Amino acid sequence: MIVKLIDYLRDRLKMVVRLCYVGLALLVVYDFLFVDKHHVHTSVEKLPGWWSIFGFIACALIIILSKLYGHFKWFGGFRIMAREDYYD
Amino acid sequence: MIDFWLHPALILIVGGLVLPFVQKGPLRKLFLVAVPVMAFVDVVMFMDEGVFGLVQFMDWQLTFGRVDSLSKVFAYIMTLMCIVGTIYGLHVEEDVQHTTAWFYVAGSLGVIFAGDYLVLFLFWEVMAFASVFLIWFRRGPKSMATGYRYLLVHTFGGLVLLAGIVLRYKATGDIAFNLLSDAVGGNHGFSLHDLVNVSVPTYLIMIGFILNAAVPPLHAWLPDAYGEATVTGAVFMCAFTTKTAVYALARGCAGMDILVPLGVVMALYGVVYAVLENDTRRLLAYHIISQVGYMVAGVGIGTAMAINGSVAHAFAHILYKGLLFMGCGSVLHMTGKSKFTELGGLYKKMPLTFVFTLIGGLSISAFPLFSGFVSKSMIVAAGFEEHLYWAAFLLTLASAGTFLHTGLKVPYFIWFGKNNCSKETWEKAADPPMNMNIAMGIAAFLCIFIGCYTPYLYGMLPNQTEALYYAKKVYSEYHVMESLQILLFTALGFFLLIKKLAPEPTISIDLDWFYRFGGRGFYWLARKPIQNMDNRVNEGYNYLGLVPLMTTARFWSWFDWHAIDGVVDGIARGVRAIGGKARALQSGQLQYSLFYALSIVAVVLVVYVLS
Repeated sequence: MIVKLIDYLRDRLKMVVRLCYVGLALLVVYDFLFVDKHHVHTSVEKLPGWWSIFGFIACALIIILSKLYGHFKWFGGFRIMAREDYYD
Repeated sequence: MIDFWLHPALILIVGGLVLPFVQKGPLRKLFLVAVPVMAFVDVVMFMDEGVFGLVQFMDWQLTFGRVDSLSKVFAYIMTLMCIVGTIYGLHVEEDVQHTTAWFYVAGSLGVIFAGDYLVLFLFWEVMAFASVFLIWFRRGPKSMATGYRYLLVHTFGGLVLLAGIVLRYKATGDIAFNLLSDAVGGNHGFSLHDLVNVSVPTYLIMIGFILNAAVPPLHAWLPDAYGEATVTGAVFMCAFTTKTAVYALARGCAGMDILVPLGVVMALYGVVYAVLENDTRRLLAYHIISQVGYMVAGVGIGTAMAINGSVAHAFAHILYKGLLFMGCGSVLHMTGKSKFTELGGLYKKMPLTFVFTLIGGLSISAFPLFSGFVSKSMIVAAGFEEHLYWAAFLLTLASAGTFLHTGLKVPYFIWFGKNNCSKETWEKAADPPMNMNIAMGIAAFLCIFIGCYTPYLYGMLPNQTEALYYAKKVYSEYHVMESLQILLFTALGFFLLIKKLAPEPTISIDLDWFYRFGGRGFYWLARKPIQNMDNRVNEGYNYLGLVPLMTTARFWSWFDWHAIDGVVDGIARGVRAIGGKARALQSGQLQYSLFYALSIVAVVLVVYVLS
């Protein structure tokens, strides 16, 4: 049953992706129009869609900075992401 | 109030010692489930608040059972997890694997109910020495070395803790295990310790605690060990060591400011390494560091609400992290693989495991209606209320990273993504045996139950007023919308940047580099400079004394060869033969000696407490 459901969705991947985009857009619109922001702690939170931007940038930052850190060549060609037999 | 008080650790210790004598078969399975269930029932039904298990030992009054709202909630979740973990390992035939796992849980329970530092230290060490077996029993090529590294690190931590305890005793004449000041920590009846002028003993004790909580730079033992432990052992390990340390911190160090930055660094550090990691279980291990970071930060904030948050998050974390380790462990158990570069596309073969792991992933990511949502947010909210905005925002950022990895990367690259399975792996892949499915099912149910029905968890928290106050806020429109936006836009980022995230067959160098190579450095020192010096001295001898020596030596060598050797060789041969016999008797492996020693300690402890 689970497999069938997943296959069903995968066969209509384009449709699923489009629905997801619509969902994301609705989320931001709802945030802009309806959410009560009187009790927030900081002023940035009052920006429409603030947490959407925050989430997206957080994700991109984490991926890019971590990969840079992992691949950066320190002195002597030392990298944080080393060969699997590094310690052997 | 009843006079009778039975330490739940005793049930597990006695159960573990009796287990080898239980007949194989269905009876044994029943016994395996019954023992942790008894411990759980003991905690739920027979724990009135108060002080029990008082033992006079030399000059000290030892307290084995301090029962209050804080120790009760931790004991509750530890014994509950012990049931789940034991069911997950029900297929394991080897008795000592169960015994050591139970000893390990017993150690954790002992720490939780300990009312003074001596008892705490005793059980603290029981935990370290019992859990190392869960690594050794993997019997992989690296298990032995990993186990010894784990043991050495924890022995070091234990010594620092002990030093702190001894110094504190000298300074104050007190061994009671309480908060290091009553100025902070909410209204929870903690007392003692001076947090304004934090002293050396306090810091030493704290360092002992945070080593077990895996706070950087004292964290590298965790991914090292948990990635190498047995499939079932890792399920136990991911629950007990770090969360017992969180308990100890909440009890002793609530409100210590330094824990806030440490916790935030932890939360982010785990996320960064999780990006780089290729091994599923090591990735989850790095996310333990990240999640425990929230708890440590919560303890550092130290308000009643933050302490509630740390406790609630530890509770939820034990279940969803156990579930995640069970899910990835099932993949390892069935396919023998745990690396993303050797897995992929398995949803057709292991659909149930996928669903369970996904539930764990959504829980750790704090999706609304899952357990992390009602626990993690309490810590962040406490940060906002205390106007620690930088901490609150950075923790929120880390939670995007959590979803990115555990909610998206783990399920995607194991069950979807590029299929990297070899033919053999693909054929072996299937949903795991029934007992593993049941254990995952229980944990998954609890993850959702906690998230949907907040009074269950909130009713157990130590500070009830704040818990009730937060229960009204947690499902407010703003909070739900905030979480949904962060999480769903993180998902968008994930799918847009997915090429960057493709797993790479590497290992990530962490701070264990220093002690891995520290050991080698010592060898080098022994081999090169010290050996060199030895050679020099020898050469000096050569020139000064050798020539006359050689002449006499020739004579003696002739005498030795012809006269003495005949006699000596005979003796030497005899000694060698006896040595060989003794060696066979002793099986010679240090681990076994350690295990016997541990068992004897357990027996002595039981006898001592009962008498």
